[in-house]
Amino acid sequence: MSVFESRRLGRMAPAAAVIIYGLLGAWTLAVIFPIYWLVVTSIKVRLDVTGGPFYLPFIDFTPSGHAWHYIFYDLGNDTFRPYYNSIIVACFSTLVVMIIGTGASYALARLSFKPRLFSVVLFIFSVIGALLMVAAAGLDWRIAVAVALAIFALLAWALRRVPSPTLANADILFWLISQRIFPPVVAAIPIYVMFQRIGLLDTHAGLILAYVTVNLPIVIWLMYDFFVSIPRDLDESAELDGASKFRVFWDIVLPLARPGLVATSLLVFIFAWNEYLLALFLSTANAQTIPILVSAQNGTRGPEWEYMSVLILIMILPVIVLTLLLQRFIAKGLLLGAVKG
Amino acid sequence: MQRESFIDWLDRHAGRVFLFPAIFLVLAFSIFPLIISAWLALSRFQISANGYDITFIGLLNFKKLIFGSQQFHLVGTFAPVPILGWLVLVAVAGMVLWALWGYLRSGSVTILGVVGRFISFGLAILLALMFTFTLGDKAQIGSLATTLFYVVVGVSMQFLIGTGLAWLCAQKIKGRDFFRVVFFVPMMVTPVGVAYMFRMLADMKQGPFSPAWRGAGLGEFAWSTNAWSAKSMVVVGDVWQWVPFIFIVMLAAFESQPRDEIEAAELDGASPWQIFRDITWPSVAPVAATIVLIRVIEAFKIIDLPNVLTNGGPGIATESLTLHSFIDWRTLSLGTSAAVAYILLFVSTVTCVSFFNFVVLPMRQRRT
Repeated sequence: MSVFESRRLGRMAPAAAVIIYGLLGAWTLAVIFPIYWLVVTSIKVRLDVTGGPFYLPFIDFTPSGHAWHYIFYDLGNDTFRPYYNSIIVACFSTLVVMIIGTGASYALARLSFKPRLFSVVLFIFSVIGALLMVAAAGLDWRIAVAVALAIFALLAWALRRVPSPTLANADILFWLISQRIFPPVVAAIPIYVMFQRIGLLDTHAGLILAYVTVNLPIVIWLMYDFFVSIPRDLDESAELDGASKFRVFWDIVLPLARPGLVATSLLVFIFAWNEYLLALFLSTANAQTIPILVSAQNGTRGPEWEYMSVLILIMILPVIVLTLLLQRFIAKGLLLGAVKG
Repeated sequence: MQRESFIDWLDRHAGRVFLFPAIFLVLAFSIFPLIISAWLALSRFQISANGYDITFIGLLNFKKLIFGSQQFHLVGTFAPVPILGWLVLVAVAGMVLWALWGYLRSGSVTILGVVGRFISFGLAILLALMFTFTLGDKAQIGSLATTLFYVVVGVSMQFLIGTGLAWLCAQKIKGRDFFRVVFFVPMMVTPVGVAYMFRMLADMKQGPFSPAWRGAGLGEFAWSTNAWSAKSMVVVGDVWQWVPFIFIVMLAAFESQPRDEIEAAELDGASPWQIFRDITWPSVAPVAATIVLIRVIEAFKIIDLPNVLTNGGPGIATESLTLHSFIDWRTLSLGTSAAVAYILLFVSTVTCVSFFNFVVLPMRQRRT
């Protein structure tokens, strides 16, 4: 019997165990070491950072809190303002996207929609019409939108008997989820111009709106699967008892979907907290978020690593703590979505 | 009375009340900007005395990017093809031929299927040709090929490492919960933070590994000055960050395996490899295909890592398409910027839809 075969069923052979623990241990090191290096660098003084690699505090070098002091006291508000911005933007965008996204996915999972293809085409034409009115005729955009919407409503009502194929819930769902494929950079420039026009540039509200749009597909995709997995009889019997659809949603379906809600909101929160591209486009000073602050540290003398390490640590700390607390939910939420897709 | 009827009205239209905010949001901040962007991509943007001028110039922006003065940036500079290039070309051509052969033999050839395959495979061959001819020593690959490099190499490495770790963790080992928690951490680290962290770690003069570099005689070499080592660094950072995502989902998939089937096979004396190939893999393949698709979708949008880690450099060597578009926007060539964004949109949509149709769907159908 070789070392690669186990003596008893269900028990690992010694050589196999060594290989498995060795590989897992190696990746553990690969995960931990970069973060350890951040912590160590954050308690070094400049000389110890540039003087060559020192690995162990108290043995290689004397730790110092000077970088922490600099970031929290000397920089003070320059650190706290982006931090505050990030908290506001991440929290509120998560809240809003969860409300809109759960509502939409619940409706798609439970009620049936039959939009007529004809009306959809009509709508697209009226949007193009509005754009032409602004671009070619130089109309004010508010008037153009109002005129286009009026024409659309009128035509859709007048031609409501024209036979047309209808779409189903699956089409709407696919359309909403497929928005995730669109690279945000395609929309970034027009959104920049649009926000500039309506005064949302460099504000919390602007960033929140942008993040809600970007994260909506994820919420709909994950929450739809949760709602589908909840048995229908529950809400049907409640509806027979005379409860309104909102009551059913609020009192019966939402509590049952709680694990999904936790996982999805955590995921969306993290995406909003870490988001870079849109913040780069849409915020300059007032609404600057923490990733932008950190990436802008690359000054003329090159990055000052001890300060940088402190900033990165305080940037990643809340998310890591939150995740460690809730991480079992995430695996479940992600798996459900991935299996059913 | 008035209030009562309002609630009734609300209840009758509950579906719309639930659904319309989402639709409105997507229309206003996703579809509408998309249309504006298309128009910008076909125009020239100039600062003038009274604000700015936007003139319609048709496809000139695309022509400039693909054939003209900006060709080096998007497509790359051409040179004789090295052996690796031929290998890539042969591999892609082989895959396309194999897929076509399978399709023709399947006996369900439709017009839509032929058109779809024409677009997907045509794009695959074109991209492979572009990659091949810009790969040589004197040549340089452009931002499009760089993005593809990040997507293909990055996602395959993430998938291999993540699945491998998940499989190891799914064995009967102690401390699975510990590994599950630790391995999950990198996904939470802000990409900007990852970029700076790896810049610090990879510093060959002062970083933690500098004694090793000096020992290997590489003390004078700086990875950030070589095009391919800089690109690889971006991939290393991306892999570190996203292995957890694959790991956590694959681990959950491995754990939901039918245990009795595996135990029966073990009793029959099947080797771990046989068990993996015949029982485990077929049942997790649909999940695997789906998360690879998710990663591919996200990988096409990469910007934070290259922007912070290398600033797109040396030269344009690590510029992804999103970064390319952002840099053009900052230098106020809005038309070119929008055109680059549209090329990214086209390539990533065709890739993702093809992957969904030719890989994810067949794997799901095979299981049922």
